[in-house]
Parts: sequence; C-alpha cells; structure tokens
Amino acid sequence: MERIARLLANIVGPEYVSTASEERYFYARDPGLMPAHSPDYVVLPQSTKQIQQIIRLANQEKIPVVPMGAGLALTGLVIPLKGGIIVDMKRMNKILEVNEKARYALVEGGTSQGALKSYLERHHPRLRHSVPDAPPTATIAANVSIHGQGRLTQQYGFNSDLVSGLEVVTGTGDVCRIGSCALSGSWFSKGAPMPDLSGMFLGWFGSTGIITKVAVKLYPKKNLRDVEIFVTDRAELVPDIVFEITHTEMAEDILVFTQPKPMMFKDNHHVSFYITGDTEEELEFKRKMIWHALDPFIKSKDGGFMGIPPIMKPVLLESPQRSASRLADVKKGGGFEYSGPIIMLEAYPECMKKLQDLAAKYDLAYSGMVRIIDCGHAAMFAFAFAFNRADADMMERTRNAIKEVSDFVLDIGGLHWKPTVNEQKLAIAHMDPNTRKLMEIIKANLDPNGIMNPGNWEVC
Amino acid sequence: MKYEDIIHRCFRCGYCKFTSDYIDFNCPTYRKFGFETYSPGGRMWLIRAWLNNEIENSERFQEILFSCATCANCVEHCVFTFREDLVNIFMAAREELVNKGIIPPPVRDYFKNISISGNAYKQPAEQRGKWAEGTAVQPYQGQEYLFYVGDVGSYDERAKGITKAVAHILAKNGISFGILGEKEICDGNEVMTLGEVGLFESLAEQNIALFRQLGVNKIITLDPHALNAFKNYYPQLGGNFEVFHYTQIIARLIETQEPNIGEYQAKVTYHDPCYLGRHNGEYAAPRKILQSIPGIQFVEMLQHSENSFCCGGGGGNFFTDILGGGDEAPNRIRVRQAIETGADTVAVACPQCAKMLDDAINAEELDGKLQVLDVAEIVMSALT
Amino acid sequence: MPKLQFDEKVCETCPTADCLVKCRFIDVDKDQAKAEMLRIARGEDSIVFDSCVTCYACEEYCKRGNHPFYLITEKREEKGLLTAPRAITTQWINIGEPQGKYKVGQIGKKVLSFGYMPELLDMAKGKLFEDLSPSFVFGQEFFCNVVYIHFANTSIIKKRLPMVMENFKKLGVEEVVCLHDECYGSFAHLAPAYGIEVPFKPIHYFDYLYERLQELKEQLRPLNIKVTYQRPCSSRLSSDKHRRVRQIMELIGAELVEREYQDENALCCGGIFAMLYGYDLANEVQTKNIEDMISHGAKYCVFNCPACQNTLGDKVAKKGIIPVHMIDLCKMAIGEKPLPEE
Repeated sequence: MERIARLLANIVGPEYVSTASEERYFYARDPGLMPAHSPDYVVLPQSTKQIQQIIRLANQEKIPVVPMGAGLALTGLVIPLKGGIIVDMKRMNKILEVNEKARYALVEGGTSQGALKSYLERHHPRLRHSVPDAPPTATIAANVSIHGQGRLTQQYGFNSDLVSGLEVVTGTGDVCRIGSCALSGSWFSKGAPMPDLSGMFLGWFGSTGIITKVAVKLYPKKNLRDVEIFVTDRAELVPDIVFEITHTEMAEDILVFTQPKPMMFKDNHHVSFYITGDTEEELEFKRKMIWHALDPFIKSKDGGFMGIPPIMKPVLLESPQRSASRLADVKKGGGFEYSGPIIMLEAYPECMKKLQDLAAKYDLAYSGMVRIIDCGHAAMFAFAFAFNRADADMMERTRNAIKEVSDFVLDIGGLHWKPTVNEQKLAIAHMDPNTRKLMEIIKANLDPNGIMNPGNWEVC
Repeated sequence: MKYEDIIHRCFRCGYCKFTSDYIDFNCPTYRKFGFETYSPGGRMWLIRAWLNNEIENSERFQEILFSCATCANCVEHCVFTFREDLVNIFMAAREELVNKGIIPPPVRDYFKNISISGNAYKQPAEQRGKWAEGTAVQPYQGQEYLFYVGDVGSYDERAKGITKAVAHILAKNGISFGILGEKEICDGNEVMTLGEVGLFESLAEQNIALFRQLGVNKIITLDPHALNAFKNYYPQLGGNFEVFHYTQIIARLIETQEPNIGEYQAKVTYHDPCYLGRHNGEYAAPRKILQSIPGIQFVEMLQHSENSFCCGGGGGNFFTDILGGGDEAPNRIRVRQAIETGADTVAVACPQCAKMLDDAINAEELDGKLQVLDVAEIVMSALT
Repeated sequence: MPKLQFDEKVCETCPTADCLVKCRFIDVDKDQAKAEMLRIARGEDSIVFDSCVTCYACEEYCKRGNHPFYLITEKREEKGLLTAPRAITTQWINIGEPQGKYKVGQIGKKVLSFGYMPELLDMAKGKLFEDLSPSFVFGQEFFCNVVYIHFANTSIIKKRLPMVMENFKKLGVEEVVCLHDECYGSFAHLAPAYGIEVPFKPIHYFDYLYERLQELKEQLRPLNIKVTYQRPCSSRLSSDKHRRVRQIMELIGAELVEREYQDENALCCGGIFAMLYGYDLANEVQTKNIEDMISHGAKYCVFNCPACQNTLGDKVAKKGIIPVHMIDLCKMAIGEKPLPEE
C-alpha cells in the first residue's frame, strides 16, 4: 500500500494523496443508504495527464479506480465497492471556454454546477445551462454521467442530451476526444454528424473511463421568470394536464409534486411550471397560453391554479432549490434517499399509489416529485423518503421501501435512474440479451482489466 | 460532547463550502487541503465517527479539527436550521480533545503561554502597554471607554502601528478613553475557540472582575476577536458591557460630525475580517469610513461581506499555524483575489488579518504592487 | 347546528331586489331578480348559480339584511354545485384546519387577532400597536373561516366557527381587534347571520387605527400623496367600516382620488376569480381596476387585505403605482417608516 501511495504521490504530489483512516472513512460513504466500502487511496488530481497516469498505474497494479464528483447521487455510485483509488475530481474545476454564439461552455471534469452558473451570470448573462436541483457542489461531468436532469430538461432533454463534447480517459488509459472536438477543435457537437461515441461514457458511472472535460450546451437566459402551480385532486389527470401544458411549448421546467405536509399540499397533486420572458409582454403571453390550455380542467372543476403565498415564490424560483436539500432534515436526521425511475408519464397514478402505500407500510415521511423530460416523452418520478441517520431501524425501513420501488419499476415498464448496484443487476438480468452483449463488448474493450468503478455495470 | 444530539443531521451537501452566489469555494481549509474531510461536512461526519468509535484520534484528525479557521462561512451558508451551531460543534469537539489531553503541540504551547504569561507572546506584562509610550494615551481611570488592545495589538510589531493609529484617531476626535496597559490580559477568544474552556473562563472571570472594579461600562476593541469574546461569551459569565469595534466608533463620528479628513489617493479594496463581519454582523462601518475619504477609489472583491474569504488566521491558526502555508494557503488566495480588483491597497480592520495578508504579499511576491493597511492607518494618513 | 337566518317573505316584499339588480355579473331587472331569489330560496334551479362569481357584493346591496349571498352559498352546497375546482376547495379546507400550532401572547381583556394571516405578524408592530401587541392570538384556531363562502361550503363554517368562538371564550377576552377585515366581517356579520354566539366585541382595525392616530396626533405629518383604495370582498360584510378609509386619509393628509370603481362600485382584486374560473375574468377585472387607478392619478394603492395585496401588489407596481398596506401607510404618517419614494 505504501508503494502505491508513493507512486500516486509522484503523480499528483504528496499533499494530494491520502491513505489516512479519516479520508478512507469519509470517502467510503455517501449521504444515502448504501453500506460503506472503504477505498485504499484517495487522490486529488489536477490534470488530464495525471488522470491518465493514475489509470495506467491502476491497470498495471490491477487496482480499482472510482472517479468522484461531489458524491451526491445518493445511490452509492461513487462508493468503492472493491476498494482501490477514489479519484476526487474537484481540483479540476476550471471553466475553459464559453462560446456565446454557438452557445456552449467547456469545463473540466470536476467543475461544479454552482461555479458555472455563477460564471455565466457574471460574464454571459444571456446564457444559462441546465441547472439541477442537487446542491451546487454537484459537478457538471458527474451529473451528465448519470443522465441527470435540470431546469432545461423539459424543453431539451436529459442533461446528458445537452452535452456537446467530451474528453475522456478510457479504462485503458487513452485520452479520447468525443464529438466535434475530435476534428475541429470546437465543442459544438457530441457526435452528429459522425457516429456518436458519447454513449460509451454517458450513463456508465465511470466504469468505461473518466470524463476529464465536458462541453454543455447553453440556452437563452431571459430577464424574467415566474412560476405557477396547477392543482388537481385526481392523479389520473396529471398526464393529461402535463400533455396540454407541453403542447403549448410555452413552459420551461415542469415539476409535479405531492406530499402530505405541510397541510396546504395534502390530498392534491401540484403541477408546477415555470415561464420565462425578456419582457412582461412575453411572460404574460406565455402565462395566458398555458392558463387557457387548462381551461377545460377548470371548467369541469378537475383542477385550478392555486395562489402561491409570497413566502413560497422565491423558494420555488431559486436555482438550485435549497429546499430540495432540506428534505434531508424532515426527520431531523440528515438523510434522504430517493429512487427516481424514468417512466412514461401515464404511469404517474400507479407510481403515486405505490409511493403512498410504501410510506404507510414502512411508516416513512415521503415526497413524490416528478420532473417532465423532453416535452413529456418521459418523466422522472422520485419516490423520496426522509430518514434519520441516527435511527438504524428507520434507515432499514427506508432501504426496504426503496427495494420495493426497484422491483416495481420494471413492472411498470420504467427504467432505474442512477441505479444502485442491485438495480443495475436487475436491469442487466431483464434487458434484451443482445443489448447486454453490446454492453459487454464496450466494457471489455474500454476496461479490459475490470478496474473502472468495479461492481457497477458488471456485464462481463 | 455538546451538540452530540445534532451531529448526525449533516447531509454533506456542501452548501457550507460555497459563497451565497457560488462564485467559488469559500471554506479556507477545503481550499487549502482539497479533501472533503477538511470541509465542514467532513468534520461533522468525522466527529460523529470518532464519538462512535468508528475512527480513532490521530494526528490527521487533530489537524482536521484544529485547522478550522472558525470563519463561519458554513454558518452563513448551510441550508439547515442547525447551521447556527456549526462552529460551536467544531469548538465542542476541540474541547473534547483538550479534555482528553490529545491536542497538537502548537495548541498545547499556546495554552501554556497564555496560562503562564497572560498573553500568547511569552512576553512580560510590563511590556504590554509600551506601545503607548510617547503618546498622550492615559491609563483607564473611569473615562467613557476602555480601549482594549489585546495580545496582538500590544506585542506584535506590525500590529502596534495599528494600535497607535487607533489611539491617535480616537484622541484627536475627542473620544474619552483609557487603556489597561500592563494590567491587561488576554481576552480569551482564541483560547475558547481552541477548546480550553476552563482556561477561557479563568481569563474571562479575571477580566470581568477587573473591568467591574474599574467601573468599565463601554469597551472599544482594536481586534474583532476581542469584540467577539466580550460580546458573545462574556455575558454568560456575568460580564455585560457595551462593546464596540473601533471602526464603529469612527463611523459614528463620520455620521454625526464633519470628519476632519484630508485626501488619500489609493485604489482600495476591503477585506472583511470574519470576527467583525460574519460573526458580528458589521460590514458597513469600515466601508463607510473608507468611502468617506476623498481620493480613495473603492472597489469590492468578488468575495466580500457575508462571502468574504477568510485570511486563515482564525480558529487559533494565527498562533498555531496548523492550517499552514503553501500556494493554496488562504491568505495567499486572498491577496490574489485582492490584486485581481486592480487595487493597490487592501484595507483590513483586524491586526491578525493585517499580519496574515502581509505575509501573503511576501509569499506571492507582490511587494510594491499591493500593500495591506488597517483602516485606522489609512485614516491616519488622511488626517490633516 | 347554526342556521342561516333568512326570511323568504323579506325577499317577497322587497321593493328593489337590489341584490341581483345591482350585481355586475348578472343582467336582470327587478322582477326577474325577485323571481330568481325566490327560486333559490325554494331549492329550485336558478341562473344565479352559474352567474354568481362569489364577490360578496350582494350582502351589501341588500339593505334589508336578508343575506342573499349566504343563501346562494347554502343552496349551492345543498345542490352539490361547486364554485371552485375540487382540489382548490380541498386545499383551502386543509389550510384552515386547526393544527395545535397557534400562538397566544399575554392575553388581556382586549386582544389583537391576526387570524391566520402570517403577513400581518411583522406589520402590526411599533407605536401604533405598542400597548396592545403583547396581547395577541394567531393561528387556525382563531381563523374566521369566512373564505369558504367563496367555495360554496358553509358546512365547514358551521363546524369550525363555533369552535373558534369557544377558543376566544376560553381566553376570557372582551374585545377583539381584528387585523384582517374578513375576521371582522365574520364576527360582526356572518356569525350573527347564523345565530352563532360571539362572546366578545369585535373591533375593526380601521376603527382602532383611527383612534390611535388621534392619540398620536402630535406625531402626524401630512403625507401629501394621492392614493386609491383597494376594497376587499370581505368589506361588503362590514360596509359601515369602509367609510373609515376616507376619515383616516383626511387625518394623515393623503388625498383619496375619486374614481369609478370605488365604494359600492368597487372591483375586487380578482384573486379568487383566478382560482375559481381561470385567466379571463380575473384579468378583465384587474385590468379595469388598475386602469381606473391610473387614469385618476393615484400614486399609491392602499390595501386593506393582505390577500388582495399579494394578488394585485406586483401588478399595480408594474404600472407605476406603489402598493402599501393601510397599517404601513399609518406608520409612514407618524414617521415610523419612510415613504417608499423617499
């Protein structure tokens, strides 16, 4: 272990390698429910070259490598299941380029969401990226790596769809440019019109390679932004309501939420949507279009627009929304975990019922939250449970509830989002055998020694 | 341990590491060391692990705990309701280590110096008031204010210049004050933040008894650390005084009377000391002073006020240096931030910040391009 | 069980049928109006059920105290006719449910009631309230429950309002200064209409402010501003108090502009319309109202009800009119708060 530590120190510098029990304790865990697995080494590289050297060393020594952003997926994706080297990417945090006209930003593999947002606000105020509601410490690269979603997902797709180029170090230690950057030096496309190779790295959780640079598409940022909430008491109407809103093509983000507390939310389903505009006229036009689109529901008394209390609006308009993290303290216990399968929205009522049944069965505080993806082509339904980290029984009940969700997801034709290791196994077991074979080929070639985040996507 | 019942509530989301607008990471130890363990979330989880015997005490654990600069960026930016207690939690953990006698040698030495000499410099008490020689400053004998200087302002060569400047400005503006001179002992703020509660209480009780005996009601402090101790810790021990930082007195003078200030030509940025700013909510007074001096072109750093980036001297590090130096030392980062504004002067309102940033200017080879001046020194230069 | 004190004969012998004749949302003459009210009274169908938008105005139009709007509401509920979408009705019922989370100060004989309006908690401070503010109540346990007449639900009022009275009774208070206009309307108008005993004297906060301003006369300085007043729907339940607005404006040196939509002809804020009926009616009413304010030269819009202020405040501000609550305006008059333009 000391020898490897010295070799790593030669690569990143001795102050950026640790084998101390403190780091091994902390990096063995995430804020979710996965049991701890200790790394042997934690390193903080600062360049693509250093990452390349680390991976080459790891191949030589057959040591697992686990790249890590902020560790906020909550499903244990950066917990080193087989020990090895945790590569904490966050020292690689530069913003390398913003191309205004082509609307893309190029950042390093450890650059945070918050840093990019702040940079754009100061230097390119007419541009924005798709900010998730994860804490701003979450990294851009990790978020696209897990097919995260953000404020622009309803309009334009998963955050991974908004990638416009990658630089990766593969599991064999080769540096590869993915997309237009491989030819033209500009980062405006992640694949088209050539074969799109980004799919070999997006969604693999680092098990085929480490993203060292990522370019993300930027979109117009308007001066004004507002939020409305349409409320219905019938779960089965939610897909139709969302269909009508998305048909107008006027909305930015669309989120549906259901939770038993506080009292004003009890018993109802809340379809919140955001509108943006450069002028009051533009904003009001969009508002009017969407309101009118929902007139039939209002007339039939099946739904209506609620008045948003003044104290609530600034909270809803925050990006990222700090209240999303505060769910962790509902049980005064610093914990929440959610299973957020990707579903077709028509499964909303079933999912809602399942969530409420599980909360009753396991006596848990819950919140149901749905983000609409890509004009309603899909949705992410979050079965979220808050738990108290100091209450082992509550944590176990939460694990059991999440496990039931894992099984349920496949029953309703959904897909596990940022799947836990167990969910990955379920997916592998259920998927088309030729699809699995294709994944095997990719994995075997990009990570022949099986060192990249082993335990994850173990198709071989 | 105090606060043991809430330690598990940390979600390690990392809001505590950032500024409010996410411009950059703002936790000095996290910036310096880079490992999550050196961030507030890291400390919370490790303290809990230590209390649960999942990890053992070690040199690294002590370094993680004692390098914290207690700058309160985490208190300011954590999104949970227990955020008010974050720095208190780290202090409570230090207290546990102190009580068990397992502390780094520099911390032990600091306590020893305070115990024996009543100051951090191992200097005799007689030397304490020597800075006032040759000035018109009088011993405290019932004047309106006690001007409390503190260890750094009394013994540090660089800081003595600031002390003299403050005394001169107060006297010139007719403020009635006196000093304790050799009777003054350490206020105890760093003793408290480093976890030696018993020693702190002893210092505080001595100070309170002395102040009462002398009839002190109002105190002006040079150092925001002393301001913090007198305002926030002494009342619990029965010491209730009206406490001001000297910038608050000067700012009030500017409001109520025509300031007798000449010109001072400089492009100045202001570094908010953590114990004046985040801990005690005073951002306006120093700015008011600087912006009222003709000739000063005032510019803000990106990380200012509630988002000010700590110089790294707090939490006892000014004396123990556990946070350490290097390219990513907080004070060096801070002067790089200052020079980015185009300023030729970074103003401070704390003698510890002054020294930390002075050292950083040397290390960054910015001598001649950037200078550190206390607000009082700038005012002195501008006085006609 | 509380019962609405309605007398069909009063409607039969009414010389004017002003309740529906004056209504701006229904177009009927006197005979048609009478006929419709009698249909309603007898439990039959009526065009009123489709046309009435719950603005409360007919409670004021009826000078014979026969509670036309409460009657319409009762009958709608009997017939299962919703005004609001079900989910909105449920939401409001849930919002008003007592949770045991109320706040009670040092209760004296006179108490300040915030109802369940958190916006008022920060507002009712300073010299205007210094003697009274320690003695206060806040929470759903003291909520007036009137709002449910917008939602065609009087059952919930009949169930909860007596419990609210009981809560006040337990405190032994003699006078309740109602900081929300609707609370006053509930205790002074609706409760008696339903035969619900009110064990205290309700005082409208306009009356309280007017008296208090006179006590602080030395500190008053004329504001010299042109204001308009946004009259809330609940004010229709206590129209005698509405006249205080002019008196307070005279006292504080504010010119109340004369405009079309004022007093009995006032337009409501439209907030409820948006929830119940969608975009168009709310937008129409709000646009007319604000244009009326602008064209008559108002610089400030004085609000009585925080809900009106939440609905219209931003909209008037975008048109260059400064929104201000009556309490804040009075604070400005005694120099406790600067005028926004200062």
